[in-house]
Amino acid sequence: MEYDVIIGLEVHAQLLTETKIFCSCSTIFGDKPNTNTCPVCIGMPGVLPVLNKKVVDFGIKLGLATNCHISKTNIFARKNYFYPDLPKGYQITQYENPLCEHGFLDINVDNTVKRIGITRIHMEEDAGKLIHDLKSHRSLIDFNRAGVPLLEIVSEPDIRSTAEAYSYLMELRQLLVYLEICDGNMEQGSFRCDANVSVRPKGSVSFGIRTELKNMNSFRHVQRALDYEINRHIGIIESGGNVLPETMLWDAVSNTTQPMRTKEESHDYRYFPEPDLIPVVVDDAWIEEIEKRLPELPRDKRARFVNVYGLPEYDAEVLTQSRSVADYFEQCVSLLNSPKEISNWIMTEVLRVLKEGSEDIKTLKVTPEMLVSMIRLINDGTISGKIAKDIFEEMATTGRSPELIVKEKGLVQITDEDILKDIVREIIENNPKEVDVYKKGKVQLLGFFVGQVMNATKGKANPRLTNKIIREMLKQ
Amino acid sequence: MLDIARRFRVDNISPLDITEEILQGIKQDPLNAYITVDETGARNAAKEAEEEIRQGSDNLLLGVPVAIKDNICTKGVSTTCASNILSNFVPTYDAHVVEKLKNSGVVIVGKTNMDEFAMGSTTTTSKIGPTKNPWDITKTPGGSSGGSAAAVAADLCAASLGSDTGGSIRQPASFCGITGLKPTYGSVSRFGLVAFASSLDQIGPMARSARDVAILYNAVKGYDPKDSTSVAMKYQPTSLDGLDMRGIRVGVPGAFFGEGLSTDVEKAVKDGISVFKELGAEIVDIDLAYIRYGVAVYYIVATAEASSNLARYDGVRYGLRGNNADDLIDMYIDTRSSGFNIEVKRRIMLGTYGLSAGYYDQYYRKASQVRTLIIQDFAKAFEVCDIIIGPTTPTPAFGLYEMIDDPLSLYLLDIYTIPANLTGLPALSIPCGFTKEGLPIGMQLMAPAFREDILLGAGISFQDHTRFHEKRPQWNMM
Repeated sequence: MEYDVIIGLEVHAQLLTETKIFCSCSTIFGDKPNTNTCPVCIGMPGVLPVLNKKVVDFGIKLGLATNCHISKTNIFARKNYFYPDLPKGYQITQYENPLCEHGFLDINVDNTVKRIGITRIHMEEDAGKLIHDLKSHRSLIDFNRAGVPLLEIVSEPDIRSTAEAYSYLMELRQLLVYLEICDGNMEQGSFRCDANVSVRPKGSVSFGIRTELKNMNSFRHVQRALDYEINRHIGIIESGGNVLPETMLWDAVSNTTQPMRTKEESHDYRYFPEPDLIPVVVDDAWIEEIEKRLPELPRDKRARFVNVYGLPEYDAEVLTQSRSVADYFEQCVSLLNSPKEISNWIMTEVLRVLKEGSEDIKTLKVTPEMLVSMIRLINDGTISGKIAKDIFEEMATTGRSPELIVKEKGLVQITDEDILKDIVREIIENNPKEVDVYKKGKVQLLGFFVGQVMNATKGKANPRLTNKIIREMLKQ
Repeated sequence: MLDIARRFRVDNISPLDITEEILQGIKQDPLNAYITVDETGARNAAKEAEEEIRQGSDNLLLGVPVAIKDNICTKGVSTTCASNILSNFVPTYDAHVVEKLKNSGVVIVGKTNMDEFAMGSTTTTSKIGPTKNPWDITKTPGGSSGGSAAAVAADLCAASLGSDTGGSIRQPASFCGITGLKPTYGSVSRFGLVAFASSLDQIGPMARSARDVAILYNAVKGYDPKDSTSVAMKYQPTSLDGLDMRGIRVGVPGAFFGEGLSTDVEKAVKDGISVFKELGAEIVDIDLAYIRYGVAVYYIVATAEASSNLARYDGVRYGLRGNNADDLIDMYIDTRSSGFNIEVKRRIMLGTYGLSAGYYDQYYRKASQVRTLIIQDFAKAFEVCDIIIGPTTPTPAFGLYEMIDDPLSLYLLDIYTIPANLTGLPALSIPCGFTKEGLPIGMQLMAPAFREDILLGAGISFQDHTRFHEKRPQWNMM
């Protein structure tokens, strides 16, 4: 039998605010445990939360970018449960009236656009982190993360495959990073994903029993866990069993999903309005202010790169992957109107250097000016494309201008026919066997002769000219 | 308080002498009014105050000995909420009100006894045992701010701070024959007040006279950015002059004089209302239809919030930790079973129930809706009157353990005080007479939000024409 897969995703995005959501502690990741804490975020008696308005700003930003309705009156709620990493015994979150509702995100699957509904986006605080010391049989708690602001983004169950889930997550993460509200780092936990999964016989209108899937710490885990869980559901159904509505944990070691102990999941959270905080009223002026400062969104940028610069879809996709790379591209194009050529250089050399090093494009030694100058040197015949690669490498390590490198290293292309003819003549004289074979019709040997010329000139020979001269001289 | 300020300046008495006198008194205190006494802090503050008075400061609060309820955080001084679970807790921060009082130069002598976590109206549920009523030590001083009330009545401090969630300032003030104010919700910062029910809790001043209460209120009120429910506005100091009662409309709700009201209390309060009438006030009957649901609404909302507010006492980070445990759940159970008394547990259970899935709409949501109706009731009443007057409590102080097995009847005695907390309105209890046995009786004045000036002005005028507040218990001789 064939099955429909139904997936809904819940993403928790840690926000890039400088301070926590309800106190002025730093949100920085990786500091010594419990150094970024205060009476408020460790839940001492008598202290009170004060909302960091930046969190609302960020929430509105994402809400606008995902076409959501922004709630005018926002109340916080308490989600009550006991756990050692939860200092107050409740999490301050939103329950009724979330900040954003009824939005959508368009994703690309197999070259078609699919719209995934966003049910809600709400603000909440993160919990601390438990560290289990197996040697001493003790559990330690780091409260640095307690109170770090989160946006929870809940999708509609519109996702129909693992590939769509992947595409949705990539799109969402890119959006968060573009908006500069989350660094999107899944491994460090600043972008976390839970999934609701169910399957039903193809054509059926009612939903199957769903399970919740947790503990997927990378995009790859999400894909594997979803695939595994989907197959598990189908397996159960085909063998006549029933899927249980439980919470499953992805085990990356065994590559399976395992049910969470029911003790931990059978919570009644007893939500009620947080009495320590007053409702946050978001008026039109506030929304307009955020809207004004909204950057161009990835999808719009992609489309513009295709339409305005005439780039292939693929190039536009790669270049707009990050806002700073897209900016870099546009700076180059503003200096030299040769978009495709610039795109080629960025997609190959620039991105390679960025990938190899830990460098950010903003600190890359090859500035747009330098890259453009280098391309100009190619175009006016001063250097060959092959030499240019070496020059790029040199620029990336030393930060010196291409003109200077060309001059110092004598890399100017040899375009003087007489010089090249002398070299070719010598090579013909030294390789009588190859000349003989070539003349008998094995023209593929042309490459051999070009290679010899390049060796002799340390790559400076103009390739086109070299080809021409070799052919002419071997005809004689 | 005013008389002490006068003695400092006219009689040249030093704040240090007064402080020593108070500290001596506390040492011999048979009432059990204090949980913690901060002798060193008090003496240091007294020394500084002495210096400033010598330099001619006319700040009336300088050197005045003040007591703080033990659920208000004091930096470096243990703050236990009269609970085992916090018996070793020493805050690293001052409550906003404590910071303000320290800045105004008062001498904080110590932390007063209370019902555990302010849950109760008898001050008998404290981990250190009950506080006794200085007018009759077999009687309760009321609660939960019983220590703060008894300490003022017995001259173990000049004034005190209490907290009021359902009457916890006004009822003990009434039982101990002193004046106590539950300010408008949001006018005094709750930062540093250990939460019982966040939407109802307010810190307020307690003292012998309305003038002293006004002075202390002026010192602690004001906007605090650390408390989001604190109202940002300009706070004018409340005048110490009496309010001209001529033309003031005094609303008397029939519902405040119904079944269960003791005849002594009824008579004293009606006499008190007559005093206002003689001072020129116009008496109008008002109708507050929904307040009969007040107690029910209160015990749903207050316990719901409490069940959540007290979740942080889990033995993980501070306070008591139950050691009799093999795993996490056992540790929670042991900590909270041995850390809380039966009344606190009862309220946590009630509140948890009221918020549970399937019951929320029936209890918490319904209670919140009725709360809104009560708020509207009062708004309507204040269209036809400027002040509402009635008894503070249906009865005078009762036997210390008289009600111990009957929590429901005890809850019902909060009937007159609860509406001020549900509505956020300010309310003042002032002494207005005595029973045949000589126990004090209190009268409650309520006003629109942020109109403490009317309450305190009326209280001052009343006390300028009566002497109930000046009478002291003869407790030393008992």
